[in-house]
Order: sequence, then structure tokens, then C-alpha cells
Amino acid sequence: MDLINLGIKSIFIENMVFAYFLGMCSYLAVSKKVPTASGLGLAVIFVLTITVPVNWLIFDLILKEGALTWLSEDFAAIDLSFLQFIMFIAVIASIVQLVEMTIEKFSPALYGSLGIFLPLIAVNCAILGSSLFMVPREYNLTEATVFGFSSGIGWYLAIVALAAIREKLKYSDVPPPLKGLGITFIITGLMGIAFMSFMGISI
Amino acid sequence: MSTETAEKTVEKAKSEALLSKRRKRIISDPLDDDNPITVQVLGICSALAVTAKLEPTFVMAIAVMFVIVFSNLIISVLRNAIPQRIRIIVQLGVVASLVIVVDQVLKAYLYDVSKVVGVYVGLIITNCIIMGRLEAFAMGNKPYDSILDGFGSAFGYAWVILIVAFFRELLGSGSLFNFKVFEAIGWNNFPTNGLMTSPVGAFLVIGIVIWVQRWRNGYVEHS
Repeated sequence: MDLINLGIKSIFIENMVFAYFLGMCSYLAVSKKVPTASGLGLAVIFVLTITVPVNWLIFDLILKEGALTWLSEDFAAIDLSFLQFIMFIAVIASIVQLVEMTIEKFSPALYGSLGIFLPLIAVNCAILGSSLFMVPREYNLTEATVFGFSSGIGWYLAIVALAAIREKLKYSDVPPPLKGLGITFIITGLMGIAFMSFMGISI
Repeated sequence: MSTETAEKTVEKAKSEALLSKRRKRIISDPLDDDNPITVQVLGICSALAVTAKLEPTFVMAIAVMFVIVFSNLIISVLRNAIPQRIRIIVQLGVVASLVIVVDQVLKAYLYDVSKVVGVYVGLIITNCIIMGRLEAFAMGNKPYDSILDGFGSAFGYAWVILIVAFFRELLGSGSLFNFKVFEAIGWNNFPTNGLMTSPVGAFLVIGIVIWVQRWRNGYVEHS
């Protein structure tokens, strides 16, 4: 039950885009058409579900204060948590590379639709952000996995919804300097107001 | 973008004044016509996240300036030694190490601000402005030019986020740098707008900043 709660919280209430502004660069750049937006969204869900638990294991077994005691009792005082940035980004970059190669080998069809987005994802702040959020919140392994997966879903929902609105927006009469980026920000703000109505929900 | 920078390297004269016309343009372009946030749409995440108050915004701008200038310098010095295929990893490694330095300094000397800025310091690593400048400029230009380019982009980033933070703090909390402006001029019950301190306010303010800026310099996006 707690896990469902956590999932709903990460999808709607603490949405990556509307509450934490994460992954904005690709959110704004790749949201012109629904199919491409949904391709990128799926790739984000996929990578988040893998990287968050892997980074959890790395943090718990290597970086945390006293985490290295499983190697030797002498390491109990070592605290490597300041290395989390470089470790997390290295893990993310290499997992993205691995996932790309695996998909290319086993499912050329999926690679055709997801492939071009995967390199973009290594520098998507939503991915690194989720790993960094997971640390102070002290999740366990299952919670970390659920958190990664549902954060991805939340991001997917946001980008697909925005792409759908922008497709319709082509036919509206927007003042020229506001076209493109400006109006997209204002729409995102309005969508954020809609998502604020989920606040305080718990099951 | 990359083709443009490649041309610049070729046409460079043997000796050049310390601040020649071309170098001044490297600094001044990102301030307005080629602004990283409002024109190139880069580095939005951190721009929005820390701008609820002026103080963390100021710290963030300085942190980004430090990281972008030094990573531009380091990558530019190493540019001929980095193999093409693994350049992204090398760039990420350099940026991540600099960000660790910034984070440790903030934790040591500005603990309160580092609590507020929190994970967004870490997210400087994935700030697209930095990766974008490394990829488009530092990989193909000499160290001194790269430093200037770093300063230019950092100032372009800084003024936009400071303006956003100015309006968000003024209207959302009725203060500037935690100084109660409206009480100082004798307006005690200034109605603060909660929307401005929430993420929604950030989106709306930055949308309007982009509108005004593009209206001024006449840039129109064609979809």
C-alpha cells in the first residue's frame, strides 16, 4: 500500500516537470509532435527504472558512510558520499550506452523508435535528479525502483500532454515574439496549476 | 553552431589584441542575441528551480560561472588529446569534478544556502549550457577564447535568472535579498502572491521575460 502511495505521489503530486523543473531541456525541445514525445518519454521511463535502483545499490554498498564495512572492518569511518555526483553520472552514461547496444542487438524495431533518443537521455536532468533525490529521502531498494518507474511515468505524461497541446496550438494566433518558447512556458505554467490540484491526495 | 565555431578557428590571425572586436563579440553575443536561456533554450531546469529567492539565485549564478569557465578552459586545453568517440564521458567527468568542488565549498562556507539549493548544484552537471558550450566552442577553440566564451554565456544565464528571481521574490515574498521592501516604505500589509513562490510562478515569469526580450530584439521562432 505504501508503494502505491509512493507511486501516485511521484507521478502526480511531485511531478518531475511541474514540481521540480527536471528534464526541461528535452521537455521543451522534443515536444513538437506527439509520436516523438512519446518515444522520448518511454525511453526516460525505461532508463529511470534501471538507473535509480542501480545508483541506490552503488550508494548503499560503496559511497555511504560506513558502507564499506562488508570489505573490511577498518573502512567503517570512510564516507565517500561527496563522490556521488561523479559516480551517478558515470553510471547513467554507461547504462545508457549499454541499453542502447542491447536494444540494437536484440530488438531492431524498438531501436528504430527509441534509439535516437537514448544518447539525449544521458544528459537529461530528470535522470540524474531522481538519483540525487533518492539519497536524502532514504528509500529502500523496492521503494527506489518504484520511485524511478513512477517518476518516469510522470515525466512521460507531462511531455505527451504538452506535445498534444502544441500540435493544436499551431492553428492559434499567438503574438510573434511569444511564439514557440514563450507560449510553451506559459502553457507549462497553466498545466502546473492543474497538477497542483492533486496536492494533498493520499490513499 | 559547430560549423560556425570551426570557421572562427581558421580565420584567426596570428597575434590579436587582448580584447579585439571579435573577442568582445564572444562575450556580448550571449547576453542578448544568442542568450543561452531565452534564445537557445538551454539550462532551464536550474534557472527555474532556484529562483524563488534572490540569494540562492545569486549563489547559483556564481557556481555556474565557475564551472563553465573552468570546464571550458580545461576542455580547451585538452581538446587535441580527447578521442572523438569518448568525448562526452570526458566532458562529463571534468564537469562533475568541478561541481563536486563547488558543492563542497558551499557546504563548508554557505551551509544555509547549500540547503536551499540542494540537489540543483548537482544538476549543474547536466546543465545543457555547459555541455553545449563545451561541445560547440571549447572543443574547437584556444583556451583564452574559451574562457571569454564561458564568461559570456555565464553572464547571459545570470541576468535572466536574476530578473526572474527579482520578480518572484518581490511579488511572492515581498522582499529582496530577504529585506522586506514594502515594510520599509511603510506598506505593511502588502498582499504577497503565493503563486509566485510556487513552480507555476517561475514558468509564467520566465515566459513573460522571453516575450519582452524577443519583442525587443525581434527574434521570432518559426515552427
